[in-house]
Amino acid sequence: MKKILVILLLAVVGFYIAGTFFDIGFGNSHFVKNDAIKPVKDTYLQQTVQELKVSNTVTSIVVNFRGFDTLGEVTVLFLSVTALGSILYKKRHHVGERSVLFSASSIVTSGSKLLFPAIVLLGTYVFIHGHLSPGGGFQGGVIIATGFLLMLLAYENYSVSHTSLAIVESLAGVTFAGVGLLGYMNGGTFLQNFLPAGTLNDLFSGGVIPIIYIAVGFKVAAELTGVIYTVLNEKGENHG
Amino acid sequence: MAFILIAVLLLLMIAAAIYAVVQKDLLYAVIATGIISLVLSILFYLLQAPDVALTEAAIGVALTTIIFVITIRNTERMEDEPQNDNNIKSEVK
Amino acid sequence: MDNMFYQYLDYAIYSSAVLVILIGLYGALVKRSLLKIVIGLSIMEAGVNLLFVAVGYLKNGTAPIFSAKGIEMAENGIKMVDPVPQALVLTAIVIGFGVTAVALSLVIRLWRHHHTLYIDEIKNLKW
Repeated sequence: MKKILVILLLAVVGFYIAGTFFDIGFGNSHFVKNDAIKPVKDTYLQQTVQELKVSNTVTSIVVNFRGFDTLGEVTVLFLSVTALGSILYKKRHHVGERSVLFSASSIVTSGSKLLFPAIVLLGTYVFIHGHLSPGGGFQGGVIIATGFLLMLLAYENYSVSHTSLAIVESLAGVTFAGVGLLGYMNGGTFLQNFLPAGTLNDLFSGGVIPIIYIAVGFKVAAELTGVIYTVLNEKGENHG
Repeated sequence: MAFILIAVLLLLMIAAAIYAVVQKDLLYAVIATGIISLVLSILFYLLQAPDVALTEAAIGVALTTIIFVITIRNTERMEDEPQNDNNIKSEVK
Repeated sequence: MDNMFYQYLDYAIYSSAVLVILIGLYGALVKRSLLKIVIGLSIMEAGVNLLFVAVGYLKNGTAPIFSAKGIEMAENGIKMVDPVPQALVLTAIVIGFGVTAVALSLVIRLWRHHHTLYIDEIKNLKW
């Protein structure tokens, strides 16, 4: 009886949500009927090439035009990692007891030893060239964390020291906030671009955008590696 | 040609979502969630959004699945109803 | 051949995204095991992200990147896809992962205390 009521409620909700989106239409180029109003994306697409000289529009929106939201997102990620670490805290902390009981077979161990530098190199490439091709700080950081996960799953005594992860993460966060505060020089605003723009499709173009994205890449990589390491150190009672 | 590809991907996504909600063995449900993220990443690429496709492929497929699997290892694997209930009904014989 | 079916693409992508959201919501409302509820939450977030990116699509558009080929296409009059929903969805995916991680840590903590994940049982047991 309860399931039938839930399905009816969901059908009503879904009908009205889908109706709204069918009215908008798929692939239309005009949402507003008045042609005098210029949409926001035209301003962003034009300013990205002419004033900032950055190729990737999504990067310039995330770091420069809506940079304060990125600061909020980095804060939320930091808070969630802290909450995870404090909820799973045990009083008698067994050092060296892991969920991985034995090393994997020799194919996996030798293969992951070869793949790990390549994955870290790929992740670093992705977050350094964030303003030239698809990619950026978040993508590169997650790729590096995946490389560390591979090593942690293959070997039973591979460990990453918590202190160095914490130092890297804190320094990267301070860099982000510090670059934002440096925008107050010459009478500007928070997170303003104060370095010269350069030429299009160059590695050193776009002012402060590469610096901020490199800091975000280091921070996300250190945080997610810490999350994986915390969760893998849980010793469960049953082997399910 | 593009329409057939998009239709097959959307049907696969809906089938994986229904399977993930209905299945009682939780390990299979988690793998179905990983399949949803994978299909989503391909759809983001077909909708001309490469940054979003990279992020969803790395976070949705790799990290979410590993966190779910470690949680299943530390708790129970099957979604079962409990055999004994602590109500008064079991004391009336 | 492609133009004949484009009129059905409108309804296909929007309705599948809404259907995935509803399936996730059903899983979160009806199921009794805590881990199944968290799985339903994760499926719902995937549907919402697809809906957002599908709003910003332009027919025969190209990716909003100004590489050498992109500048050439922009001069030929090919429009670029809307980049603002993509920036919003980028943030949403990362925060969705953070929410899932905290929810699962709460599940592990509840298991340590009650040794069951069935929410009817957790209501009945006393401290």
